[in-house]
This record gives sequence, structure tokens and C-alpha cells, in this order.
Amino acid sequence: MLLRLFVACWLALLVTTSHAQDVLPVPALTGHVIDTTATLSASQLQALEAKLTTFEASSGAQVVVLMVPTTQPEDIASYANRVGNVWKIGRKEVGDGLVLLVAKNDRKLRIEVAKTLEGAIPDLAASNIINDAITPRFKQGDFAGGVDAGVEQIMALVKGEALPAPTAKARAAPQNDSFDWQQLLIFAVFAVPIAGTIARSIFGAKLGSVVTGGAVGALAWVLSTSLLLAGVAGVVALLFTLLSRWGSSSMGGLGGGLGGLGGFGGGGFSSGRRSGGGGGGFSSGGGGNFGGGGASGGW
Amino acid sequence: MKRWLPALLLASALTGCGYNDFQRLDEQSTAAWSEVLNQYQRRADLVPNIVATVKGEAAFEQDTLTKVVEARAKATSIQVTPETLNNPEAFAKFQAAQGELGSALSRLMVTVEKYPDLKANKGFSDLRVQLEGTENRITVARNRFIGTVQEYNVLARSFPSNLTAKVMGYAAKPSFTVHDEAAISAPPVVDFKK
Repeated sequence: MLLRLFVACWLALLVTTSHAQDVLPVPALTGHVIDTTATLSASQLQALEAKLTTFEASSGAQVVVLMVPTTQPEDIASYANRVGNVWKIGRKEVGDGLVLLVAKNDRKLRIEVAKTLEGAIPDLAASNIINDAITPRFKQGDFAGGVDAGVEQIMALVKGEALPAPTAKARAAPQNDSFDWQQLLIFAVFAVPIAGTIARSIFGAKLGSVVTGGAVGALAWVLSTSLLLAGVAGVVALLFTLLSRWGSSSMGGLGGGLGGLGGFGGGGFSSGRRSGGGGGGFSSGGGGNFGGGGASGGW
Repeated sequence: MKRWLPALLLASALTGCGYNDFQRLDEQSTAAWSEVLNQYQRRADLVPNIVATVKGEAAFEQDTLTKVVEARAKATSIQVTPETLNNPEAFAKFQAAQGELGSALSRLMVTVEKYPDLKANKGFSDLRVQLEGTENRITVARNRFIGTVQEYNVLARSFPSNLTAKVMGYAAKPSFTVHDEAAISAPPVVDFKK
């Protein structure tokens, strides 16, 4: 039994450590065009970036061009898939992303299409773009022209797809909507009586209630970043702690106001800080799911 | 309040011991498995077209073609149900059949290199792109399945959630392995004499 437990522990450790392989890291997503091979000139980069930025503003789809020297030891298909799924480009609720990957020294390229765009750009279309528009130019050494022609065709195909229109809201800071309300509620049901009892025994009934209310309010604000919710949680916790043995008093009402206010003040400060961070610049929409669609080619 | 505390404590203990994680990962691995089946089905659907095209241009590769057709028939004849996931034996059988189809197809694709007419055939090159895309999707779907099963199995084996697994009777799930390990670990034979 003990031996089996030991083996299980060892296996779990093995599984978690065997993840670290020597593969090419995915570069940071700094813009629509990322060239780590220094092939494109500054003006070419700028023109392409401007084109893709305008396209994103008009259609919403995020198309990113990545040029690397090599994808070794990985296959270009699996590297492109990894890049797509690490970046998760494409709008959050739509998932319309596309990566045009060029491995210059491998003389290989790939168009990796997120699942949303697989209808607009099926594998055959991607293969045709590679073989008709891009590789003939790459063969002559015209990398900027090849990428540009490929991007033009990709944009034309994406435009043909009825995607939801882009909204100004989509560019705002990403919402933390993966927050688990249910678990917080379960946590609160346990934590409030316990913390309340402890606080009451230390600070006495009234001060203890205020402390609990304030603490719950602050915690709710940190977890949910919603000041309204923080205020409500604080007041509820305070009333709960206070009423769990005696009736309410005027002091209790005052404390409730204080507990709620604690949440309010913090919330205001935080939201100011938050909006300051969400400035301009390119960032991934975080919605792209890349399932291996697209096509590869070489020159 | 005092009466409810044990019940609430039990509920939180179940959450703490990963009961909910087991449910989530179980559902996730079923979904990932469906995607794997979906892509395998797509490949099986492509095979008749590929075989028909190759037959028209390279009729004398009868042997290779027959192998592909047989492997497809075998792979599609295996009934796959959600229970297959929890049955290591059926799982291995299914995997072997799909692996056979995969290698029969890749042999066919190597063979057709000898036929310039076939390579120039637009219909065939289109089918080839689709087959390549499908193989890529199969790889991605398999990887995702392996990832969820790995997460599930780690949870089922690690402390303290292994206690939950034991009580509720959750066994580790089978996952994909390499089709034939022996063939891959053997060094390739390079012969320049031909």
C-alpha cells in the first residue's frame, strides 16, 4: 500500500516535470507583425502593421504575422498551433484569429487558422494562398511582397465571412468573468460565522461586527473588483455577525455604514488605477481557439 | 446553525478533496474525446475519395490501396461509445485500428510520389491538403485529450483527492500512447545500395 502510494507520488512528479522540453519559446505578442529574423525593413514593417491594425478596427479579426528563423526541433504545424494557443488572438467572444508563420531558414511557412475562421479560410483556401500568392514571391527573395500578398488574400476571405461587427468595448480591458461566484458564496457561508465569532470574542460585540463587516467588504472587493458587491457583502456580514446574538442598535447601523464605506473607498481607488492601465496598444483578444486548421507550404 | 454545521463541513470537504474537479475533468475529457472521434471520422470520410482518385491514375498500386481500404473498414467497424473511455481494452483496440489506418494512408502518400500525373492532378492535391489538415486536427485533438486525461489521472492519484477517487470509485482513464513503440525506438535502416 505504502509502496503504491510512493509510486503514485513519483508518477505525479514525473508527469509534472516532463513538461519541460527544449522547444522554441513563443515570442511575446508585441504587435501585428513580429519579425525576429530582421528580414523586413522598418518601413515595410510599419506599412504591414498599419494595414493589419486598420483591418482589425474594421472587421474585428486579429491577423498576426510571425517570422522566425526556424521552428526546430518542432514541426512547423505544431509550433504554429502552440503560438496560436499561447497568444489566443481573436476577440474573446468571437475567437477570430489567424497566424501567418514564416520559418525563414527552414524555408517553410504556415497559415494557422482559429476554429472560428475555418469556415472563411478552409485548409484548401489557405493552401491556395500559400502556393499562389506567397511562395512564388518568396522564391524570388521578395519576403515583404509575399507576406503582403498573402495578407491581402487572407483579409479578402475574412471580409467575406459574416463576423460580428467590432465594438469599442472589445478594445477595453478584459473583464474578469471567469470568477466563480458559487465558490465565494460557499466560502462566505463558512467564513463569516467563524471569523465573526473570533472577532467578537476579541473586540467585543460591536467592534467585532464592524471588523468582520469591513474585512468581508474588503475581501469581496479584492475578489470581485465590484464596489457595489463589496458594499453589500460588508453590510450583510456586519448585520449577520451583530444579529447572531443580540438585536441591532444604533451603533450597529453606524458600523454597517462604515463597513460598506470601507468597500466603497477601496473600490473607487482601484477602478481609477485599473482604467489607467488599459491604454492603447495591441493586445490579444484572448478568444482564439486553434484546433490545427490551416495549411503548410514551403519554397 | 449548530445542526447545519456538519452538513456544510462535509460539503466543503468534498469541494476541498476535489469532488468538483473530478466532475469537471470527467466532462472535459469526454468532450475532448468526442473531438478526437470527430476528426477520426473526418479522416475516414476522406479515404474513399482519395482511393478513387489514386485508382484512376495509378491502378497498379492495388496492394497499397487494398490495405488502406481494409484498414478503414476495420477502423470504422469498431463501435465507440462513451464507455470506451473507461475501458482500457476497447480503447487500445480502437487506437490500434486508427493507427493502422494512419500508417496505411501515409504509405499510400509515399507511394504516389512515384506518379507525376497524380501529383499534378488538381483534385488529388486538394484531397491531399484536406488529409494533411485532418491529420493536424487529429494531432491537436489527441493532444488536448491527453492533457485532460493527464490532469484527471494526476488528480485521481495525488493526495488528498485520491481518497475521494477511492471512495467514489474513480479509476484512472486510459490515454493515447505511441502506435507501435518498438518500431519507433528502433533506429531507421539507411540503405544507399539501391
